[in-house]
Amino acid sequence: MAKPIPSTRLLGWLRPQRNRMIVLTVLAGVAMVIPLVANNYVLEVLTNAWFYAILCLGLNIVVGYAGLLDLGYAAFFAVGAYTTGILTSKFGVNFWLTIPVAVSCSMLAGLIIGGPTLRLRSDYLAIVTLGFGEIVRIIARNLEITGGASGLIGIDRPSFLGIELSRGIHFYYVFLLLAILACFISYRLQHSRLGRAWQYVREDEDAAEAMGINRVAVKLYAYVIGAMFGGVAGCFFAAKMTAISPETFTFSQSVLILLGVVLGGMGKIPGVIIGAFALVLFPEVFRGLGSMRMLIFGIVMLIIMLYRPEGIWPQRQRES
Amino acid sequence: MALLDVKNLVLSFSGLQVIRDLSFRVERGTIASLIGPNGAGKTSVFNCLTGFYRPGSGDIDFNGHSILRRKPHRITRAGMARTFQNLRLFKSMTVLENVMSGMHCRTSAGALGAILKTGSQKKEEELITSVSEECLSFVGLLEQKDRRAETLPYGDQRRVEWARALATRPRLLLFDEPAAGLNHDEKKDLIALILRIRDELGITILLIEHDMGLVMKVSEKITVIDYGAKIAEGTAEEVQNNAKVIEAYLGSEDEDFL
Repeated sequence: MAKPIPSTRLLGWLRPQRNRMIVLTVLAGVAMVIPLVANNYVLEVLTNAWFYAILCLGLNIVVGYAGLLDLGYAAFFAVGAYTTGILTSKFGVNFWLTIPVAVSCSMLAGLIIGGPTLRLRSDYLAIVTLGFGEIVRIIARNLEITGGASGLIGIDRPSFLGIELSRGIHFYYVFLLLAILACFISYRLQHSRLGRAWQYVREDEDAAEAMGINRVAVKLYAYVIGAMFGGVAGCFFAAKMTAISPETFTFSQSVLILLGVVLGGMGKIPGVIIGAFALVLFPEVFRGLGSMRMLIFGIVMLIIMLYRPEGIWPQRQRES
Repeated sequence: MALLDVKNLVLSFSGLQVIRDLSFRVERGTIASLIGPNGAGKTSVFNCLTGFYRPGSGDIDFNGHSILRRKPHRITRAGMARTFQNLRLFKSMTVLENVMSGMHCRTSAGALGAILKTGSQKKEEELITSVSEECLSFVGLLEQKDRRAETLPYGDQRRVEWARALATRPRLLLFDEPAAGLNHDEKKDLIALILRIRDELGITILLIEHDMGLVMKVSEKITVIDYGAKIAEGTAEEVQNNAKVIEAYLGSEDEDFL
């Protein structure tokens, strides 16, 4: 197999900081320019891809950095979306003012669910988060204020500097900027005292605890930060769609986000973005295959997991 | 006042007493050892001291405060650091990153500081790196700092654990069988290092060790336990000549199955 050779060579070329900056600048430039040449369909798909990139980056903090298996991530995304939805459509609150409220609500949800369960070892956590995800969806389905099964409609479109954000191109840039911000925050966190603490806990909980690290607090930190990412993504999702329903936040949504993280490579920012893009682009690119495409998507994923269990993005190589 | 004062410690696992009414003290600035035959409960004592096991009764005073039933991370913060009998390094991380883990409980930067890279956060990161490098140079591993921990030879991995424990700024260091798996030269280095930690850094040391030569050479006070209870205590000579100790290690004369 000749395949691995170019990838390591590419990596070697990417390693020096200067080259990496050039690549990043070029990529960012391309991402900025694409909407000027793309048609509405492509734009919509790419907007969706950036949206999933934000969610995947948020979940990556929980799963990739702290090593906690979260099967109910869509719940935080739902909390954000519903907070914005309810506040703008029922109380007429300005969209931008709903963001801090939504972030606080998703944080609070993270604390409520994480506080007691993060004391458990991770297998139990997976079950609890799965249940939590379903609980949030069912609550949204049954409360009056959330609009029941039909959901909320008439969510306000935000305006920014006097321009109402209504066209596809606006939301493309909104999600692109949010994704860049999410990358930046992830990167800074990963290379900090907190980021290292997550890695210590992930590698050996007892040793980390013996080194004076409060493992519950450190995990809770990751869980709550992940929840905030989901909450913010939810706010803008609600604003973009102007209508939300409980069926957007199903278990399969949570699994899809998790899939993006695992597929691209847990704990690696470029990997997670590639994973999110693969998630959105694959079904679109192979739309011609009709109902077969999900089957093929599944097979491709199986192959990737069999041959590259650490994800698509190559493992960081350290000089020894 | 003793730095560590263990009083009438009892630990049971589903009715079976693993530690029975154990009392001992470790004075400040000394090197003490806890020895006993296999299965005597030595590591269980360590696990009680460091908060990994919860003793049924008794008390543990450390530096004037009871640390009984406190969480391990709080005990480390109070100034008691340990190494593990079986290496527990963060294997895929670098040697330096491993040692940096010890500094976690002495620093405070949170998420916001990290995202904004505030001045105090940067200063703290520099402090973490420089102190960790000092700890590595103390154990003689500074040149290896960027290697992945699992790629080091076994003896060097042990040193990483010692450096990591030093980085927590301990008053008392608990070494759980530090000589296990080391060759003759490495053991000699270990003895020198243990003495340096006490003499140069002023840290009190409590050892669990099987290697009697090492224990006899460095310890000022030895506590011998068997079946979880103390059977003797004293200096190396006193313990070596104690009939109960000899019996515990070699078996009494009427037991001839070994």
